[in-house]
Amino acid sequence: MTESVSPIVEMRGISLAFPGVKALQDVDFRLFPGEVHALMGENGAGKSTLIKTLTGVHTPDSGSVLLSGDTVAFSSPGQAQHAGISTVYQEVNLCANLTVAENILLGREPRRFGGIDFPAMRTKAAEVLTRIGVHIDPASVLSTHPIAVQQLVAIARAIAVDCRVLVLDEPTSSLDAGEVAELFRIMRVLRDEGVAILFVSHFLDQVYEISDRMTVLRNGTLVGEHLTKDLDRRALISAMIGRELGTLEAIEDASERLSASGPVLVHAEGLGRRGAIAPFDLEIRAGEVVGLAGLLGSGRTELARLLFGADKADSGRLLVDGTPVHLRGPRSAIAAGIAFCSEDRKGEGLVADLSIRDNLVLAMQAARGWSRPVPRKLKDQLVEKYLAALDIRPANPDALVRTLSGGNQQKVLLARWLVTEPRLLILDEPTRGIDIGAKAQIQQLVTTLAAEGTAVLFISAELEEVVRIATRIVVLRDRHKIAELDGGASVDDVVELIAGEHVPEEVAS
Amino acid sequence: MKNRLLWPLLALVALLLLNLVVTPSFFSLRIQDGHLYGGLVDVLKNGAPTLLIALGMTLIIATRGIDLSVGAVAAIAGAVTCVHIGSSEDAGTAFAGMAIALVLCALLGLWNGFLVAGLGIQPIIATLVLMTAGRGIAMLVTEGQIITVNNNAYRQVGAGFVVLPISILISLAVLGLVAFTTRKTALGMLIEAVGVNPEASRLAGVRSRTIIWTVYVFAAVCAGIAGLMISSNVSAADANNAGLWIEMDAILAVVIGGTSLAGGRYSLTGTLLGALIIQTLTTTVYTIGVAPEVTLVFKAVVVIAVCLVQAPKARAVLSFRKVAVS
Repeated sequence: MTESVSPIVEMRGISLAFPGVKALQDVDFRLFPGEVHALMGENGAGKSTLIKTLTGVHTPDSGSVLLSGDTVAFSSPGQAQHAGISTVYQEVNLCANLTVAENILLGREPRRFGGIDFPAMRTKAAEVLTRIGVHIDPASVLSTHPIAVQQLVAIARAIAVDCRVLVLDEPTSSLDAGEVAELFRIMRVLRDEGVAILFVSHFLDQVYEISDRMTVLRNGTLVGEHLTKDLDRRALISAMIGRELGTLEAIEDASERLSASGPVLVHAEGLGRRGAIAPFDLEIRAGEVVGLAGLLGSGRTELARLLFGADKADSGRLLVDGTPVHLRGPRSAIAAGIAFCSEDRKGEGLVADLSIRDNLVLAMQAARGWSRPVPRKLKDQLVEKYLAALDIRPANPDALVRTLSGGNQQKVLLARWLVTEPRLLILDEPTRGIDIGAKAQIQQLVTTLAAEGTAVLFISAELEEVVRIATRIVVLRDRHKIAELDGGASVDDVVELIAGEHVPEEVAS
Repeated sequence: MKNRLLWPLLALVALLLLNLVVTPSFFSLRIQDGHLYGGLVDVLKNGAPTLLIALGMTLIIATRGIDLSVGAVAAIAGAVTCVHIGSSEDAGTAFAGMAIALVLCALLGLWNGFLVAGLGIQPIIATLVLMTAGRGIAMLVTEGQIITVNNNAYRQVGAGFVVLPISILISLAVLGLVAFTTRKTALGMLIEAVGVNPEASRLAGVRSRTIIWTVYVFAAVCAGIAGLMISSNVSAADANNAGLWIEMDAILAVVIGGTSLAGGRYSLTGTLLGALIIQTLTTTVYTIGVAPEVTLVFKAVVVIAVCLVQAPKARAVLSFRKVAVS
C-alpha cells in the first residue's frame, strides 16, 4: 500500500446529527483500492452511521463524499450500488425461499422476450460463485444452505455488479472458524483484484489477521487512521475506549476469589430433549459462574432453554433447592428464580417498539400479572438505578429500545432480569456483537453478581471470556455434555476437549 | 403521538365543515322533551355501535390479531334477546334476555380465543369461521324470521335518551372503562408487548395466551352490546342484516386512528376519532345527497385519502411538492 495511490473513497469533514445525538462530528475517512480497511470503535462510536452515510442511507449534515475524486451525493443505497459501492450487512438480507441464482441477480435478472432468462441467470450466477471459489448449485434454494454459505451468497450478490467498494458490516459474527477462514480467502481474492473492502468486526483476532489499515472512531469523532502493523492491540483498545484496560484485568482477580461453596441451587438429572440436547446432569451452586463452552450448534443454547423451560424436556427432571419442579414454561422457571437472557436480543429478548422503561419492568410486571401494575415510584427508582448502574445510554427511560445500540440493548435486557432479582441468571452470548467497553462492564457485573450469591450460567463462543470468568466450565460437543473442568483450566484444555476425537459417553439412551 | 392524531382530527373537522356548508343547520342543537337533538347527536348515536366494536377491535389488532366475526356476533345478540323477549312487555324479561345474549357472546369470544391462542390458527381464518357460521346461528335462533318486539325497557338501549341518547352514553362509558383499565393497570403495556414481540414476551413470562384470549372475549362482548343497540333501535332482530359489514367499519376506524395492523402500539383516542370519521362520512353521504349507487365509492375515496395523508411516504411526497413550489 503506497500513499501515491489515490483513494477511491474519500469522506471529508462528515457531520451528522440525529435528534438529541451528534452521531458524527467532522469525521474524515479514506479507503484505497486493493486494501482491507477495518473500521473500529465501540458500539455507538458511529461506525454504522459512517457506513450508512457512505452507502446513501443517511445524508450528512455537512462534509463531502468523494468517489474516485468526484463529489457524490447518494440519496439511496441503490444509487450507491450503481456507482460501485456494495454492502453486505450482519444479518443476511436475502430471500430464503428463492434460489441462489435468483438471490444473486435479484433485480437485475437477465431477460429474454419480456421474461426472465433462467438458464442465462444460472450461468451468470455460477460465474460469480466461481470467481470467489464457492462451489454450490446456483439452482438450489437458498434456505437449504447454512447461514455461512448464505453470507457468501450475499457477497456474491454484492460483487455481481461492477463493484469497486465492498462494505462488510460484521460479516463474521455468526460464522465458525472454518467459515471465517473461507470468507477471508474470498476477501483476499477480491482485494487482489483491486476491490476496496471496508470491514467491521468486533473480533480483534480477525481484524489483525485480515486488515491492512484501520480507522478508529470514538463517540462520533475520528481518533486516528493507522496501518494495522503500526498499531498493536493494546494501543488499539485504548484508542477505542479512551482509557487504560485496568478493568479487564481486575475481573480475573475477582473470579479467582470466588468460591463454589454455596448450596446446590439447581440440579438437572438426565435432563434432555430429543434433537436438541442429549440427557445431561448438571449442578449449579449459588455464587458460582458456570461457563458453557462448545462450538456453534453444540447444544449450548438448547441446554439453557431446557433449564428455563423455554422448551420442554422430554426426559429427566430438574430440582431447585432439592425439590423437583415441573417447568411448564418460562413462567414456572421465573417463579423458581431462574432468568434467561436470550442470544437473540431482537427476536427473543427485547420488545423493540416499547420504551426502555417498559422493557426494563416487563419481566417483573409479567410476574405480578396485569392487574397489579408496578407502582410508578418503584418503576422510576428501578429505571434510575439500572440506567446508572449499567451505564445505559441514552439515559432517557422514554427512548424506544429500537433506537439503542447493540450494547445498550443488551444492558436493558440484562437489567430486565436483574430487576427480578433472580437466583440463577442464564446469559446466552451476552457479549456478542457489543463493544469492548460494554463487554468489560457486563463481565464485571457477572463477577459482582456471583460474589453476592447469584448463580450464573454463562454461555459464550469466546473461550477466553468463558475461561476468564467461569469458576467451572461445562464443555459440550455435538449436543452432548462431554466434560466439566475446574476454574483453573486454560483455553487450550477446553479446545482440546472440543476438538477431541473420542466418542462422548452416552449418559442415557 | 400528537402528530399521529392530527390528520384524523383534520379529516373529521373537514367532513364536519363540509356538512355545515351543505346543511347550515347541521350544528344546531335543540332540546325537546329534555332530549338533545341535532345533526351532531345523530352522528354520535348512529356511530355508537361502530365505536363500541372498534374499541374491542383496537385491542385485538394491538395483539397482531383481527376479528371478522363481530358483525355476526352482534346479530346473534339481537336475535337471542328478541326471541327471549317475544311478546313480553316486562322489563325484567328484557334484562334477562340481554344478560343471556351477552353471556353467549362472551362464550363466542372464548371460542375465537381458543382458535387463536389455544390452537394457534391465524386470526383472520379463525374468526372467519364465526363470521360465516354466526349468521347461520342467528338464523337458527330466529328461525329465519325478522323478530319484532314491543318492549319499552329494551327500546331504551338503542333508542332511549337521558338528555343524550343512551347508546352514546354506553359507548363512552366503555371507552372510559377501557382507557382506565389498560392505562392504569399494566394491561395496555402487556398487550403492546405481546403485539410487538410475542416470543420475547413469552420468554419474559408474560401470559400471552391469557391476554390474547381476554381481548377476544372483550371484543365479542362489545360486539354483543353493539348488537343490542342495533336491534333495540328498531325493536327487531334481523339475522341477515344486523351489523352487516360493521367489522369492516370497525377495522377501518382502528386503522384511520393510527393503530397499525401489524400490531403493537395502539391509540384509543385514535379509534374514537376513526369511528367518528366513519359515521360522519356515512351521514355526509346522505346529507349531501350522493346517489345511493356511488355511496360506497365515495366512502372508499375518503378513506383512501385519510390513509394516504397518514402514510409517511405519501406525506414525504406532499411536503416535497410544497418545497418545490415555494
